[in-house]
Amino acid sequence: MTTTVTTPAGSAIAPRRRRADDVAGLGKARAGIFVAPALIIIGLFLLFPAVWTIWLGSTDYRLTGLQAASPEFVGLDNYVEALTDPSFWNSLWLTLIFVLFSGIIGQTLIGFGLAWSVRNIHGWTKSLIEGLVLAAWVIPASVASFLWLVLLDRRSGTVNGLLGTQGTAWLIDHPMESIIIFNIWVGTAFSMQLFSSALSAVPPSQIESAKMVGASGWQQLRDVIVPNIKGHILTNTLLITLWTFNTFTPYLVTAGGPNGKTEILSVYIYETAIPGGQLGLGAAISLIMLLINLVIALAYVRVSRGRTKR
Amino acid sequence: MINHSRRRTVGAFAFATVGALLFAGCASSAPQEDAESGPVTLTITANAITGGKNAAEADWITDWVIPQFEDAMKDDGKDVTVEFEPQGVDDENYKTKVALDLQSGEGADVIGMDGIWVGEFAEAGYIKPLSEVAGDAVDDWDGWDQIPEAVQAALSFDDERYGVPQGADGRVLYYNKDLFEQAGLPADWQPESWDDVLDAARDLKKLDGVTPIQLNAGTAMGEATTMQGLLPLLVGTGEQVYEDDKWVGDTDGLKDVLDLYKTIYVDEGLGDAVLQQEAAGRDTSFQLFAANQIGILLEGDYFWRSVINPAEGVGTAPMANRDEVVGYTKIPAMKPGSGINDQDFVSMSGGTGRVLNPNSDHPELAWELLAFMNSQEAYQERNATTISITPRNDVNDAILAEDPMLTYVSEEVLPITAYRPPLAAYPQVSTALQQASLDVVSGMSVDDALSAYVDSVKDIVGDDAVAGG
Amino acid sequence: MTSTPTPTSTPTSTTTPPVAPPPNVRKVAANASLRHFLSRVAFAIVMTIVGVLFALPMVWLVLAPFDATPSLTLSWPDWTLDNFARLFENPYALRSIGNSLLLGVATMVIVVGFGALAAYAMSRIRIPGRDGILYGLLLLSSIVTGTAAMVPTFQIITQLGLINSYTGVVLVLAGGILPTVIFILKDFMDSIPKSYEESARLYGAGPFRILRDVVAPIARPGLAFIAIWTIVQVWGNFLVPFILLRSPDLQPAAVVMYTFYTESGQADLRLISAFALLFSAPVLIIYFVVNRRYGFRFHGGIKS
Repeated sequence: MTTTVTTPAGSAIAPRRRRADDVAGLGKARAGIFVAPALIIIGLFLLFPAVWTIWLGSTDYRLTGLQAASPEFVGLDNYVEALTDPSFWNSLWLTLIFVLFSGIIGQTLIGFGLAWSVRNIHGWTKSLIEGLVLAAWVIPASVASFLWLVLLDRRSGTVNGLLGTQGTAWLIDHPMESIIIFNIWVGTAFSMQLFSSALSAVPPSQIESAKMVGASGWQQLRDVIVPNIKGHILTNTLLITLWTFNTFTPYLVTAGGPNGKTEILSVYIYETAIPGGQLGLGAAISLIMLLINLVIALAYVRVSRGRTKR
Repeated sequence: MINHSRRRTVGAFAFATVGALLFAGCASSAPQEDAESGPVTLTITANAITGGKNAAEADWITDWVIPQFEDAMKDDGKDVTVEFEPQGVDDENYKTKVALDLQSGEGADVIGMDGIWVGEFAEAGYIKPLSEVAGDAVDDWDGWDQIPEAVQAALSFDDERYGVPQGADGRVLYYNKDLFEQAGLPADWQPESWDDVLDAARDLKKLDGVTPIQLNAGTAMGEATTMQGLLPLLVGTGEQVYEDDKWVGDTDGLKDVLDLYKTIYVDEGLGDAVLQQEAAGRDTSFQLFAANQIGILLEGDYFWRSVINPAEGVGTAPMANRDEVVGYTKIPAMKPGSGINDQDFVSMSGGTGRVLNPNSDHPELAWELLAFMNSQEAYQERNATTISITPRNDVNDAILAEDPMLTYVSEEVLPITAYRPPLAAYPQVSTALQQASLDVVSGMSVDDALSAYVDSVKDIVGDDAVAGG
Repeated sequence: MTSTPTPTSTPTSTTTPPVAPPPNVRKVAANASLRHFLSRVAFAIVMTIVGVLFALPMVWLVLAPFDATPSLTLSWPDWTLDNFARLFENPYALRSIGNSLLLGVATMVIVVGFGALAAYAMSRIRIPGRDGILYGLLLLSSIVTGTAAMVPTFQIITQLGLINSYTGVVLVLAGGILPTVIFILKDFMDSIPKSYEESARLYGAGPFRILRDVVAPIARPGLAFIAIWTIVQVWGNFLVPFILLRSPDLQPAAVVMYTFYTESGQADLRLISAFALLFSAPVLIIYFVVNRRYGFRFHGGIKS
């Protein structure tokens, strides 16, 4: 897709075509220099700890106690332990529900809905709606989680005050629903932003022609908009899925409770590694989580390959 | 993996890659040199910070300990500067940070620590017995004579002193005298068995908008559940969480404890089971007690000093009429005489303290500082504004007279109290106990909760180290 | 989305008899405008509800700091500035917000600078296995920012002698954020038409100048977005600065926020409410200023 548009002048001679890949005359060496600083930082502060973490996953390492002084290599024991622990599967199941409802359905659809709805309005209403959604995203997690604790408090929370449901412990009775809605509130802005840009890049002429032939709003969406922004949808869904999979912020609202009902994987790892002290096991579960993320990413790549080949 | 050769490899690798980059120069930790003559810097760290968590402790260190100690050193002809690295986060994060520091051979010279961490830190080799770190001066310290053995034990492991305790505490039953009066109960309440407590709670249940008794349960409260719930009850059945090299398992005592939880929260609804699952449940229980909505609450003297204390800016849920309304009484054993050592009444105590960093460049001076922080005058200064029970008898005699509640704890409760085992496995067993209480409170049968608990304890310590069936 | 604008009358006119009675037409038109009006109203109602839902949690943030006795209950405040006065007495509170800014901006500069260079090169030069590397790094960044990698990260920074320095914190944060940034920016750079660079080259501009004078201006909305995103990420990060910094004078606001809890985890609402507002305000301001100045675009700064 990089080479198709660039030589409009027609005289598509073979050597020019090859150079079209490198329009800026960057050259491999200079490209290497451009990439180097980022790769060095990533290598040292991301790759290196990551490899080390994977190694930790094959030991019984703990932060304190005897195993801190002399950790032993335990091979795949940690993986076996995690995969045979029902609470791991429970946690994975909760994570999938969380990702599906708060990430894919919630953030992506609501984000798109918002972007779609405000695309044609202007002035203060648009700024206000966008501003509120974005503020929720920009507010630091520790503050945001506190605001939700205030909102859902059992005795004096705002929601109970407004609905007249004093005494309803939302975070105890509906813990998953609470963190799903919380996460939608926090994260929708990203999708909204991405889709607003995407929508504004859809050529107006195409929409006009669709209107001319009498396509309904739904048809316009399906036949004109979606094909045009397919790439954005994929990028967005991939990032949102990964982020939602790994987010730790719900811990600040429910602390994984009550009784593990909101113990999504990131919380499960934290509980294992820090209060539980089993850093080796925590590292192993992290790697399992990485592999699950890998499967998700590969699925997206497959879909996007299919898209480009078309 | 934290052994030295590996660390050096890592370092070499990291340096080789990064060495060429410009930012290598920004290192900030410059190790100090020539210990004897030149200026020496000592560092204290504690989970206390001015204007935030444990502010009184932080202020005392910066405003009194540091200048006084520096002056005293100057008089001895030593040029010593003391720095304080305050922290103000939750204990789990503080512990993590201290552990990271110690395992990498860094960290402050004097480190504040919860007594219950001593075992795991010692096993990891992060801390060493005081006399090993700082020499004979430790055993020669006259302060030990003033600190009861049991209190010293809170910072000991394998019969060695690893640190100096900085306080002592005890747990009692608090009750609201106004509510008791409304329910026709005596203002001078002295329950002698669990049944007495339950009877009072049943009377309180008749009052509107009052939770009769709140007994900490569940995992959301963490260690508070164990210390202010399970363990004081367990010692009331004559059992201990760790006894004769075995951890408590499927025993009669633990079953009785869980049965009591079931009676209170499930069978008779004497306590608010939902509150026990709230992430900020303990905080809420404080607020509710202060608002006269909880009849009976099992808490430590901390609750009296720092929560319902009416003094301006001290209590977090102040009760203006605390001294008139709030009663306190010893926790009864299950039945008279059924407690550990055949006691009629029981309690549990914990304790925080300070340890020396074995990596300290100036261990003798660090010990001098630590001893100074535990001197009689230091404790008197520390308690000038808010009084708490100190580890030192001489100081307690002088200061506690002003506060009848703390005198009560010091004289009546501390002699009958029990301590947690300072073992590395304890925190995990504690979590398993919390889970068992949560299971019961949220409706599981006592037998099922107990067998789930036994399974997880066996996972932690091995089959042979669990008592009972 | 159910309230679609009514289609033009062409389909209906084919089914109606050629000579349409005028009243009927008027009725259709009236119906259409009524439906249009109703759909506008429905749209306004839905938008209001969405706006209220998003705003609701934030009301406390705006009101409680000015209340003499803030509680968890939302109530009209008993106006006072005492909470802020008390907060300013705290030796770490104000400074920590400055620290957050410093950390955020430093990380942002590194991430945007190096990220843009890398993304540009990766977009314009075919590097074997490029996409695989990108996806791999993106995935790794998720485990390393978590708790499990805390010990390795701490060890590396200790060995480099970067404990208690911003350099260490910034590098670790940058390492975690860069993959995502490169991923997003590369997508963005891919969509910038290459004809601009070709013409610039014809006029003899070198790669650096092209990047600076041609690509960067076009990519500016995307870069602005990445810059904000980075600052937001750094702003809320607790674990990295907490374990890597010793001196409380250096700690950012995300860490200092937790000092307003007591030993038993009780929140000091007077301090927390005021601090929460001060802690949130800078990022909100930065966001709205940058948004006003540049606007945000992810892809396709311009379409050829």
